[in-house]
Amino acid sequence: MSKSASLGNRLYRGEISFDIVNRRRAWYVLSAIFIAISIATLALRGLNLGIEFKGGAEFTVPVSNAQTSDVTKARDAVASAGQEASSVTIVGGNKIRVQTPTLTIKESNKVNTALASTFNVADTDIKVQIVGPTWGSEVSKNAARALLLFLILVALFLSIYFEWPMAIAGLIALGHDVLITVGIYALSGFEVTPATVIGFLTILGYSLYDTVVVFDKVKENTKGITSGSRMTYSEAANLALNQTLMRSINTSIIALLPVLSILVVGVVLLGAGTLNDLALALFVGMLVGTYSSIFIATPILTQLKERQAPMKDLAKRVHARRKNAGIDEESLTAAVLAPTYVAPAGPRQQRVKKPRSARGK
Amino acid sequence: MAKHYRPRRSLLILGLILAGLATWAFLPNRDHSPKLGLDLRGGTQVILSPQSANSDAVTSDQLAQTLRIIRQRVDGFGVAEAEVQVQGSGANTKIIVTIPGATSRTVVDQLKTTAKMSFRPVVAEDYGTPQPDPSTSPSASAKPTASPTPSVDPALLLPPIQSKTLTEQYANIFKALDCATNSSVDGAKPDDETQYLIACDKDGAYKYVLGPALLSGTDVQSASAGLPQSGAGNWQVDLTMTTAGAKKFADATKALYQQKAPTNQFGIVLDGVVMSAPSVNEPILGGSAVISGSFTAEEAKALSQVLKFGSLPVSLSVDEVQQISPTLGNDQLRAGVLAGAFGLVLVIIYMLLYYRALGLLATFSLVIAATFTYLIVVVLGNEIGFTMTLAGIAGAIVAIGITADSFVVYFERLRDELREGKRLRGAVDHGWSRARRTILAADFVSILAAVVLYYLSVGSVRGFAFTLGLTTLIDILVAFMFTRPLVYMAAETKWMNAGSGLTGVSPARLGVKTHTEVAQ
Repeated sequence: MSKSASLGNRLYRGEISFDIVNRRRAWYVLSAIFIAISIATLALRGLNLGIEFKGGAEFTVPVSNAQTSDVTKARDAVASAGQEASSVTIVGGNKIRVQTPTLTIKESNKVNTALASTFNVADTDIKVQIVGPTWGSEVSKNAARALLLFLILVALFLSIYFEWPMAIAGLIALGHDVLITVGIYALSGFEVTPATVIGFLTILGYSLYDTVVVFDKVKENTKGITSGSRMTYSEAANLALNQTLMRSINTSIIALLPVLSILVVGVVLLGAGTLNDLALALFVGMLVGTYSSIFIATPILTQLKERQAPMKDLAKRVHARRKNAGIDEESLTAAVLAPTYVAPAGPRQQRVKKPRSARGK
Repeated sequence: MAKHYRPRRSLLILGLILAGLATWAFLPNRDHSPKLGLDLRGGTQVILSPQSANSDAVTSDQLAQTLRIIRQRVDGFGVAEAEVQVQGSGANTKIIVTIPGATSRTVVDQLKTTAKMSFRPVVAEDYGTPQPDPSTSPSASAKPTASPTPSVDPALLLPPIQSKTLTEQYANIFKALDCATNSSVDGAKPDDETQYLIACDKDGAYKYVLGPALLSGTDVQSASAGLPQSGAGNWQVDLTMTTAGAKKFADATKALYQQKAPTNQFGIVLDGVVMSAPSVNEPILGGSAVISGSFTAEEAKALSQVLKFGSLPVSLSVDEVQQISPTLGNDQLRAGVLAGAFGLVLVIIYMLLYYRALGLLATFSLVIAATFTYLIVVVLGNEIGFTMTLAGIAGAIVAIGITADSFVVYFERLRDELREGKRLRGAVDHGWSRARRTILAADFVSILAAVVLYYLSVGSVRGFAFTLGLTTLIDILVAFMFTRPLVYMAAETKWMNAGSGLTGVSPARLGVKTHTEVAQ
């Protein structure tokens, strides 16, 4: 603890300060590259949509020990039922997953029976999922509607609770997170299922949670800032970022730990399914979300704010004051900017050592 | 505010709420564990979309009747705890049927048979598969009936095959229809009762041209299968019409019994499939009829079911079917619980390492939050039938992190206050009043996400949204009523103020320089 705690202390007091806000161009370029890759991959490859979106049937057959030859066996079984398998994969070493285009209930029952007799399992041991062709578009439509409504409500909330530049900066960071996460799905070819969509939607909430925590500190640091000429809005925001850095890192690690455990347990025990689809989207999204609340949301916020007249005036006053005082702005460290804190005198707060004689053996 | 703060009272109130919940959850004769969703215990889930025949919106009356009929059907399977639910509204209305346990693969078939029924007069009848000309004699007949089967665009052969009037084209379609290869036996498409219909019977042995409906399923009051009262003979179906139905039935039978075969028959049509085509021997005026024939007991029962429950005012299309074996469900449950336990332990270890004594308080808080979640899920399962699905478990696991985040926000705030030189007691109060705002603002966003997701989605997304919203509310409750008073009380102890590195709030470790040190 001591190392990270003291890093936290020094960050808080400004002894160590990362100049995040002034290097915004670098973060923007970095994010722009990621977003460009995401959009290009989405346009060229698209997403690997699960049968829930395409429509189709999926049969999962439990086997004791799946072998490559089982894939051919499964294909033959489906063919014997008069259907064609669009994909056959081995999942988690002990399951064979067969996908076909949409089947009627009767056709599906035939395939089910054929697979059951081929792999010598009971009819009812096979997991069956049949999705009608219109279901997927409904799922997507609902998700899109939920997203839109959520964004409107969040924009309203942020504008009321904070101010409109924070709402805009928060939403841009949000769009950034979703775009990059979706891009990673397109790039890696992971299957997008309703569980993945749940993951995406949760990222929205989580990414904002992180941004709200940072913005709250920015709001606090910049309260009444225009009445003085101590520091500019950007400098105050950067200080807030540094002061909340340990908190951001800790909340992210703690939020990621359970997601990581879902991912590991899901892969080891189940192979593929709801848990992994969800956890993977969350894992990627939370990482990107933490990054964006620090490196994207706050720099954008400072840009928006520095355009407002009171903040422009403030910046002028601050620079003028420093020039008069002969302070070189380049050498200015955050420690000088941050208020210094000295504890009031009081009883000794160190542990009192007992005399050796009283300590016993 | 701080002066009148009574931490013990908060804890007491929370304790009472917890005790009340526990009593409620563990009432005798109730389930004492969460109700598990189908993906965790195995079973069949079918999501159906109701559609009215003429693409009008489904009215709430129609929906209510549909649900009643589906419930009767599902109850007929004899599976305990089978459920029929409605989700969504308007054009998005979905009927979700859940049948737990290992179920037969034919369940879905039987559910879907619950469809629209009508009585139509038979206009023409033929074998299901076009027959080769029975006369092999060389005496060629010049009659047009012996002409080769006309070729018809296959698109016209998709059910329901309907027409407003009887045309030559329609007659050609009838000739070309082959019940053995055509999917019209599957039916399941709403047919317009006011138009003519070409349909196969359920075995595909015969095909019919049927006139516009004379009676619809809603005209039937009851139907039952039984043996004749004399005790001898085959199974039969007894039929009773409603008052309005009896009149229509009387008019129809008066007209039909005078016709010659095959036009003296009724086609009992269910979703574009002829279930039975009894001929009328006499006018039936009283509204009670007997359909007799060479029925087996099974056939008679099936027909009576169709007559009784088949009168769905809408037709149902299957959106999604999921069948999961209990073994797989159990595997998923185990994986979910294990992932949750594992995640909880990881978070606790991290909190203890980083926040020491404060981390211990956070651990207690997490355990309390987990207990609340469990009890509420049990109570909701008993009271409103809330089921825990795999997505719901995932939501709860993700919530571990989000709940712990609230504590981190508070603890970091507290430490900031200490770094600014405040005493522990002051820092605890001041830090809380600042962290409280941040926690509420951040949790509000989570709840917003959960509520929007819940109202705009169906199925697994809904379960996830519900758990996420619930756990966020619990997070606020625990942070306000448990963590805060606990930290407050801890701050009053000598040990926490003694500055040991184990407390997590040691001023020395936080780099606070006191005046004494400055003086040195």
